[in-house]
Amino acid sequence: MFDSLKDRLQSVFSGLGKRGALSEGDVDAALREVRLALLEADVALPVVRQFMERIREKAVGAAVLKAVRPDQQVIKLVHDGLTEVLGGDAEPLRIDVTPPAVILMAGLQGSGKTTTAGKLALRLQTRQKKKVMLASLDLVRPAAREQLRALGEQVDAGILPESDNETVVQLAKRALQAASLQAYDVLILDTAGRLSIDDALMGELAEIKALTNPDEVLLVADSLTGQDAVTTAKAFHDAVGVTGIVLTRLDGDARGGAALSMSQVTGCSIKLVGTGEKLDALEEFDPERMAGRILDMGDVVALVEKAAEAIEEEEAMRMAQRMAAGKFDMNDFLSQLRQLQKMGGLGGLLGMLPGIGKMKKQISAAGIDDSMMKRQEAIILSMSKKERVQVGLLNASRRKRIAAGSGTTVQDVNRVVKQYQDMAKMMKKMGSKAGSAGLKALMGGGMPGNMGGMMSGNAPSAADMAKLSQKMGGGSMPSLPGLGSKPPFGGGLPGLGGVGGKKKK
Amino acid sequence: MKWLSRLTAGLKSSSTKLTSGISALFGKEKIDASSIEDIEDALISADLGMPATLAIIDAIKSHRWDGPVSEDGLRSVLAEQLTAILTPVEGPLNVNRAHQPHVVLLVGVNGSGKTTTAGKLAAKFQRDGQSVMLAAADTFRAAAIEQLAGWGVRTDTPVISGARGGDAAALAFQAIEQAQRQKIDVLIIDTAGRLQNRLELMDELSKIIRVIKKQMPDAPHDTVIVLDGTVGQNALAQVKAFEAHAGLTGMIITKLDGTAKGGVLVALAREFSLPVHLIGVGETAEDLDVFRAQEFVSALVGGTPQDQA
Repeated sequence: MFDSLKDRLQSVFSGLGKRGALSEGDVDAALREVRLALLEADVALPVVRQFMERIREKAVGAAVLKAVRPDQQVIKLVHDGLTEVLGGDAEPLRIDVTPPAVILMAGLQGSGKTTTAGKLALRLQTRQKKKVMLASLDLVRPAAREQLRALGEQVDAGILPESDNETVVQLAKRALQAASLQAYDVLILDTAGRLSIDDALMGELAEIKALTNPDEVLLVADSLTGQDAVTTAKAFHDAVGVTGIVLTRLDGDARGGAALSMSQVTGCSIKLVGTGEKLDALEEFDPERMAGRILDMGDVVALVEKAAEAIEEEEAMRMAQRMAAGKFDMNDFLSQLRQLQKMGGLGGLLGMLPGIGKMKKQISAAGIDDSMMKRQEAIILSMSKKERVQVGLLNASRRKRIAAGSGTTVQDVNRVVKQYQDMAKMMKKMGSKAGSAGLKALMGGGMPGNMGGMMSGNAPSAADMAKLSQKMGGGSMPSLPGLGSKPPFGGGLPGLGGVGGKKKK
Repeated sequence: MKWLSRLTAGLKSSSTKLTSGISALFGKEKIDASSIEDIEDALISADLGMPATLAIIDAIKSHRWDGPVSEDGLRSVLAEQLTAILTPVEGPLNVNRAHQPHVVLLVGVNGSGKTTTAGKLAAKFQRDGQSVMLAAADTFRAAAIEQLAGWGVRTDTPVISGARGGDAAALAFQAIEQAQRQKIDVLIIDTAGRLQNRLELMDELSKIIRVIKKQMPDAPHDTVIVLDGTVGQNALAQVKAFEAHAGLTGMIITKLDGTAKGGVLVALAREFSLPVHLIGVGETAEDLDVFRAQEFVSALVGGTPQDQA
């Protein structure tokens, strides 16, 4: 989409020539394309309208900057505007109150309330050292309470014991009492999913709110939601006064325009986002990244952060030293493979890159997926310790043995060896050329600089992406050096390691 | 017309939107640019998506109008267009008793309503006089097994389940074996929700199907994607990916009793020729109804459906 929006904007501005400022006509034409892009991202129509009005005011008369093409300028305007609406800096949860702080979860059926409640308990316990109690007020869905209890046990949170024949309001009362008697810091109340037009259930929610006086009322919403986001958010906000939004399933590939619709309608910021099925997959919301995602500019920041998390600093230093010494053996190759896997595998990584739609198809057509990486790992693990250090030992009969041991073919083994050799060659070059000063620059400054450039609209050209995609789609295996030597990866995968020390939040 | 009234109530907001959009055009001599824009907005707000919206707008623009355009006239042309797109995808979920069991595999993203739909389907098939078995192959989500077991109790249906975290494919295999032994008419297999861009999870789904085929080569007889009615344009990506990995035979749309419009169905119908079997319109076991294009469209654009009398 970013590509097509960019292309469309380029064609809109092709006649602009060297005029000094954007005329109203230029802006109108460009904004029509932007409107379309937002609608395709599922941003609700009324929100799109309001937003376009704001952008229009800013865009008309804006001076054409010499260094920047007008299409890029419009994209930046839109990107900044989106970031602003999405809430500037994310506010933390208000839980530092006289305990217990009460958090009420609300939302439609299947939006992810119960899972989020479990994730939130884990997050508050580990990051803020809070003592958390979970209580299910869901008497509608079969086994909803069992689900919350199972999650509570997994994250080792307190769980309100169940008892029969209680109304939701009685349950809420008992939860509040239990949490304060047992000195919990935070009480998370999970509620049944309900439709915003269900007056009885919405009334019940209001009653729970009045009784428990929550410090946070979190609307849990699915990032796959379409135009209905605006209706639902408004109804919940009107009924119970939402204080924040949790956006779930952001690990999907929806553009997530619902985020914009809901923050606009409720005036609340998105406090947290669900990014996976594991219980630690609950992250802080980043408006700028979300803006990029809605415009399909790719979540490059997430890529950098994932890299930072996955690659430990020590490991990165060790690798850097070995590189500087021109050493790179199969063990190093293996550890790189594993780092890549930790970063969410190829699928996860590619999902965060801009213009990925077309590439993804090519990649899956070429059969490149994460199972391939597992096979590569198996091949290396089937080598003896000696072979891993002295790759030259691998003659035909050893390769045959390795293939048998890893359940692959000799061709697969050959391919891994070839990849290793390519990579080792590159490492050697870098090691000898760079010296310690050059290497330092590569490790420390290279990546963030590149990433920063990307986010401000200086994205890799379509040609670059095409080259990259060719490289990835053409070969039968992802070539790590290939990935590394092209933008936006900057200084190769080892270079990502430097980010770990520098950019960790 | 229980179904219709509920659906109409459910779709009321979208119909209000469409209607209010259209009402503004009432009495105009001809359709001008701004009235076209109003229809466009109404269609977009119903989640039809841009390509479907633009196609319908084109059709309305090229429609030959006799005399002044009335609200009803415009609405009926709109309804005609939508019905023409949706009628071909009407298609009930038919069970062939000769299969014993006829295997229905439910797939979809997380939270779309697979487990609830499995329970409702069990109730529906039983009402139709078939013996039903449920298989809890969602071994991932906490208490998914208990949730399906709850439906088993509610609908008096046997539920095959294993331990949480167990192998879903093995469980499906085992369920088919049991259903065959007990000569069950319909076996409904509930699977874990998975986002379609998670390749490893999609591969797992392909594996479940491969393993099912080992025990019963022509199964699953129906592989049905369960879509959340509130979903936006991502529904297209969902259907495409699940089609590629699981070979879909049909769709069920849930949660149409809320404010969600389910208009993405129009986009889906244009792009895929998959039948829409049923729609979910509430939380009780009975709240699963046959999809009828004309009724759906009536609820969407307002006005009186022809078969209401």
